[in-house]
Amino acid sequence: MALKMVKGSIDRMFDKNLQDLVRGIRNHKEDEAKYISQCIDEIKQELKQDNIAVKANAVCKLTYLQMLGYDISWAAFNIIEVMSASKFTFKRIGYLAASQCFHEGTDVIMLTTNQIRKDLSSPNQYDTGVALTGLSCFVTPDLARDLANDIMTLMSHTKPYIRKKAVLIMYKVFLKYPESLRPAFPRLKEKLEDPDPGVQSAAVNVICELARRNPKNYLSLAPLFFKLMTSSTNNWVLIKIIKLFGALTPLEPRLGKKLIEPLTNLIHSTSAMSLLYECVNTVIAVLISLSSGMPNHSASIQLCVQKLRILIEDSDQNLKYLGLLAMSKILKTHPKSVQSHKDLILQCLDDKDESIRLRALDLLYGMVSKKNLMEIVKKLMIHVDKAEGTTYRDELLTKIIDICSQSNYQYITNFEWYISILVELTRLEGTRHGHLIAAQMLDVAIRVKAIRKFAVSQMAMLLDNAHLIASNTQRNGICEVLYAAAWICGEFSEHLEEANQTLEAMLRPKVTTLPGHIQAVYVQNMVKLYASILQQKEQAGEKEAAQEITQLMIERLPQFVQSADLEVQERASCILQLIKYIQKLQVKEVPVAEEVIALFAGELNPVAPKAQKKVPVPEGLDLDAWINEPPSDSESEDEKPKTIFHDEEQRHSKPRHPEMDEEELARRREARKQEQANNPFYIKSSPSPQKRYQDTPGVEHIPVVQIDLSVPLKVPGMPMSDQYVKLEEERRHKQKLEKDKKKKKQKKEKRGKHHRHNSLHTESEEDIAPAHHVDIITEEMPENALPSDEDDKDPNDPYKALDIDLDKPLADSEKLPVQRHRNAEALKTPESEVPPVEKKSKKPKKKEKKHKEKEKDKGKKKEKEKKVVEEEEEEKKEEDLDFWLSTAPPPGSAAQPQSGPQTSAAVASEPEGVKKEEREEQQEEEEEDEGKKSSKHKKKKHKKEKEEKSKDKKKSKKKHHHSEEEMAESVQNGTLDDEPLPPMSSYRLLAENPYIKTTYDIQGNLQNDSQVTVSVIFENKSTSFLKSMELNVLDSLNTKMLRPEGSSVHDGIPVPFQLPPGISNEAQFVFTLQSIVMAQKLKGTLSFIVKNDEGSTHEKLDFKLHFSCASYLITTPCYSDAFAKLLESGDLHMSSIKVDGISISFQHLLAKICFHHHFSVVERVDSCASMYSRSIQGHHVCLLVKKGENSVSIDGKCSDPTLLSNLLDEMKETLSKC
Amino acid sequence: MQFMLLFSRQGKLRLQKWYVPLSDKEKKKITRELVQTVLARKPKMCSFLEWRDLKIVYKRYASLYFCCAIEDQDNELITLEIIHRYVELLDKYFGSVCELDIIFNFEKAYFILDEFLLGGEVQETSKKNVLKAIEQADLLQESQMSSSKSGIEYPSSCRTRAALKVIPPTLLHWAMMSEADGDMAIEVEPSHQYSITFYCRITDGNRRAV
Repeated sequence: MALKMVKGSIDRMFDKNLQDLVRGIRNHKEDEAKYISQCIDEIKQELKQDNIAVKANAVCKLTYLQMLGYDISWAAFNIIEVMSASKFTFKRIGYLAASQCFHEGTDVIMLTTNQIRKDLSSPNQYDTGVALTGLSCFVTPDLARDLANDIMTLMSHTKPYIRKKAVLIMYKVFLKYPESLRPAFPRLKEKLEDPDPGVQSAAVNVICELARRNPKNYLSLAPLFFKLMTSSTNNWVLIKIIKLFGALTPLEPRLGKKLIEPLTNLIHSTSAMSLLYECVNTVIAVLISLSSGMPNHSASIQLCVQKLRILIEDSDQNLKYLGLLAMSKILKTHPKSVQSHKDLILQCLDDKDESIRLRALDLLYGMVSKKNLMEIVKKLMIHVDKAEGTTYRDELLTKIIDICSQSNYQYITNFEWYISILVELTRLEGTRHGHLIAAQMLDVAIRVKAIRKFAVSQMAMLLDNAHLIASNTQRNGICEVLYAAAWICGEFSEHLEEANQTLEAMLRPKVTTLPGHIQAVYVQNMVKLYASILQQKEQAGEKEAAQEITQLMIERLPQFVQSADLEVQERASCILQLIKYIQKLQVKEVPVAEEVIALFAGELNPVAPKAQKKVPVPEGLDLDAWINEPPSDSESEDEKPKTIFHDEEQRHSKPRHPEMDEEELARRREARKQEQANNPFYIKSSPSPQKRYQDTPGVEHIPVVQIDLSVPLKVPGMPMSDQYVKLEEERRHKQKLEKDKKKKKQKKEKRGKHHRHNSLHTESEEDIAPAHHVDIITEEMPENALPSDEDDKDPNDPYKALDIDLDKPLADSEKLPVQRHRNAEALKTPESEVPPVEKKSKKPKKKEKKHKEKEKDKGKKKEKEKKVVEEEEEEKKEEDLDFWLSTAPPPGSAAQPQSGPQTSAAVASEPEGVKKEEREEQQEEEEEDEGKKSSKHKKKKHKKEKEEKSKDKKKSKKKHHHSEEEMAESVQNGTLDDEPLPPMSSYRLLAENPYIKTTYDIQGNLQNDSQVTVSVIFENKSTSFLKSMELNVLDSLNTKMLRPEGSSVHDGIPVPFQLPPGISNEAQFVFTLQSIVMAQKLKGTLSFIVKNDEGSTHEKLDFKLHFSCASYLITTPCYSDAFAKLLESGDLHMSSIKVDGISISFQHLLAKICFHHHFSVVERVDSCASMYSRSIQGHHVCLLVKKGENSVSIDGKCSDPTLLSNLLDEMKETLSKC
Repeated sequence: MQFMLLFSRQGKLRLQKWYVPLSDKEKKKITRELVQTVLARKPKMCSFLEWRDLKIVYKRYASLYFCCAIEDQDNELITLEIIHRYVELLDKYFGSVCELDIIFNFEKAYFILDEFLLGGEVQETSKKNVLKAIEQADLLQESQMSSSKSGIEYPSSCRTRAALKVIPPTLLHWAMMSEADGDMAIEVEPSHQYSITFYCRITDGNRRAV
């Protein structure tokens, strides 16, 4: 064996290792590919060898090559070989390679199942860890199904290192195998309160990710998360939780109200920008969800905007960017609060970082108003000129168009200005967005009737200067605007002043270099132009001129007939023939203009983009049914090729009813007219505009009046939008003056006739009347249009499968697939097992169930006895989410008075309401699990009672909650036995005198391995007022009281409250320790002032604070398999004690140990039980408790012998008191 | 997080970790596209960009770009924090890390990443714990592998090691995570690390001598 190993390492010395490979690749820069293929050949040889070290080395090299982009999928099997190596070194490499190159398509992946299972249960935590990490990268649905149960067991591993990995990987498992979610969820939830902060944060991560996709199933966890949020100091965790709340609030607006306060507190207090950013984002989300119901959060919005402003003003580009991003979210719901920061945002437009400028552009969209639109666009136009990169310039262009055209050109007061802006934009070279500009031109010209004349003149100019626009054609997108120009000039040719000139421009030979579809439009619109010129000339009686123009057409059209573009060619030849025919008629001196014009008669109305979709299918219409009997096969075959071309028409003809006669048609027409008349949204072809606007409030609030041409339409030369800006300003000024005059007049008249006008000017703050009132023709919709769009969800959403109700009890069928032999042991001892509840539900065995039922019958009597206790708990249960949301005071503030100077005290003194909630949840589960009578019934009964009681409760809570809490804990810890337990309290007497009694309890701090929290209850026994209480201890080397910064070791800590007569209250003090293996005693003094009618006296009370070893233990649940592993590991020391003369029942005994010494029961068989606990410094303590006739023996195992013997001594003392 | 890429200023990929299943072809395509886009950005530009339906967060440390893809609702700043934390971990582990460390010990870089992130989520927020885990796993690693870092001699041409990161904490003025994550006072001393690797080498030598 040794020889083999030596041989192996000698072999290895001749192989290339990874470093050699890397170095080699770097040295062969010229012929890298050749060198690598040579290396791959070597690797293939190495993989054939038996030596696992050689193989691992080869796989390691392959992993490197994979990163360089080489395919290594052929080595998948070898990778698995290396994965199954027994040595961690190789295993690690194998799993790394697998995680880098395995994916769902890798067929050998199913071979890994057993290997992974083996590694998961390895006693070495790093083997398990490496397997989990690898699995997270290549888990498949099959692997997820087969391993779900193993991973779930690992979630309660003794080592937090494994627990947190197992928890995180569960998310991947859920995604691949959604059925596992419900069985695993209770344990996942439990991990939210894991003593290890890493595990806790992992659980938060997973649940947050789950909840973000399907928030509604996680609403019930809100109270728990709320508690975590108010108590956690880990920013990583906080961010996740806050994000989760962001997802939950849209579903439960009341939650939003509750959140605002703690969130704004965080915003004020945190110095971490990432947390601040998250809070602001969530506040925004909350406010958006609240916006309908609660308008009174302007303070919060203001705070967010302020903070964002600070971000934007920061010199850090990242913060600037995010600030703008978040700002745009606010903009959607609270545009006003953002608008006040317009200066800042405009400033960002000058930023040197393009991505920031783009963000600022996004914001501008919501910043514009009628007042500032021109100014903003002017600024943008300057940027367009300056912009270097085409992408940014294109973005600017689209933004300008977006901003101007938003909500039906709401902010445009002067369309001439807009047209000239569009024309100016055509001067951009190399933009991709020519079609956008074209579309705008068409849209405006069609919909704004009043602007047509101006638009046509501008378009004519464009056509005239087409050579500038189309200079380097084809790749130049801007020539698209010629499409629009040609169409507008043709369609509205009646407005053209120099039609001849435009026609000539359109007939230029250069036009044939334009893209086909533009030429086609040219050809078509030439005829329109031609027709209108013809009419003009004929009316004027200039026959010669008419013939000249016909001649011109006949001369120039052939260049289009020769076009390679089918469409152009077809239209041109068709039109050429038509015009030749016209020429013939003209020679005969027949007037033709009327007939030619008739070709293009009728108005085009814009149709809404979704109109076609919204036509409802008439009742009884079946598009698949035959209208006529199907023709014979041969015929239909003949027709087939035709249908390709006539597809469109056929489809349209189908709905038509063939048997409809004239009468029927007339009747229907009448009915439709009636309907249209009643439908306020139906727009008739030429209605009186005034009337329409009265009928349709809110469709458009740009008022419709006769065109008022206060601005000269014709501007010499190319249009300059700037001129319009100036003109507009003047006009506004004038208007203002006029208005002022009017107002004065109005005052004189007192009651003006302005009612109608007022309703039109909804935005009174910017009282600017449009320059020329514009009639925007709204888009037509079909009658009976369906009102809403059906929102289609993506059916392939991988998270959809995880939309599972988690509150329902588990069904039998929902257990995770478990390998038989692994479970056999558990089956044998169903009675003796005392696992935490949800574990049972995972493995519901019929036998067990039956047994339980029997037990229940027996237990019924006892239940009655317990009734009193139960009822009390019952009422706690009833505080469900609703209650938490509606009446419970914000726990943050409840915790405040107690928190005092110590930070960790705040953690310990969790809000009671929430704590209760938790417990109640657990109990609810228990109940549901055991299938007891529905608690709903009881709930109803007690509902009224409960509310009253809970009020009472709150008052007395301070006094009672401790003992209650402990009761619940011990029940939970101890067992599910029905035997009632005597009340126990862990509070021990600290010191007492006639004035005051103090009791204390010590709890290990979960977050910190060298701290414990001492809770002291101060009870005023006198009839005087106690104040200025101060607690001081004499620190030892090992144990020190945590004092606020700056105070010396001799300073006491003030108790943060005063005590009126007869009142008790609790304060917490944090102590730091170094070693925890020994019990400690600290001397201390409590000083206080007694104040009564006679005056005040200063009193002192000395005490000894006893830190038992048990107080360093934290109750930690442990599962039997993990427990067994721990015992096997062999690094624990053993010791044992025996106590005689014990009379109490075993059950009580266990409860006592659980309670006083912070242990939990792992397993119980008859009169024998194994117990587990963990110290704050991570020592494991395992106990085997056996009860004899009158004696109890305890065997203990612990990683520290001193700690163990001390613990056992303490236990002996406790037990001997029994 | 969907994936993490490390690449050099020359566009060479140094590390890739995918937390979503994608085909090799798709991965290559994404990598090529992102490397191009990120390298084209000017140094003064912010670290975020929108790409497809994801957000890309990247940061440059000396000659290396660290680049993460996150989803729409994820927090960009925390992702920057993750990147920085990873660099810090590398730095602690290698002792003033440089690009060559990552090239020659790419598997170590992966191991560290795997201890820090799992399935795209932060697994351990405490630097101390991550390093402890790695250290112990390294200890476990038997001596045959000659991958312990001190054994490597870089080619003489690249002896001058340009460290990835000069002054660690101050540049992160937007986040004060380390205060809150329980990292407290105990930090792994660099000397401590060296003693471990030293130990490894000795055993290594012994084995060979046998």
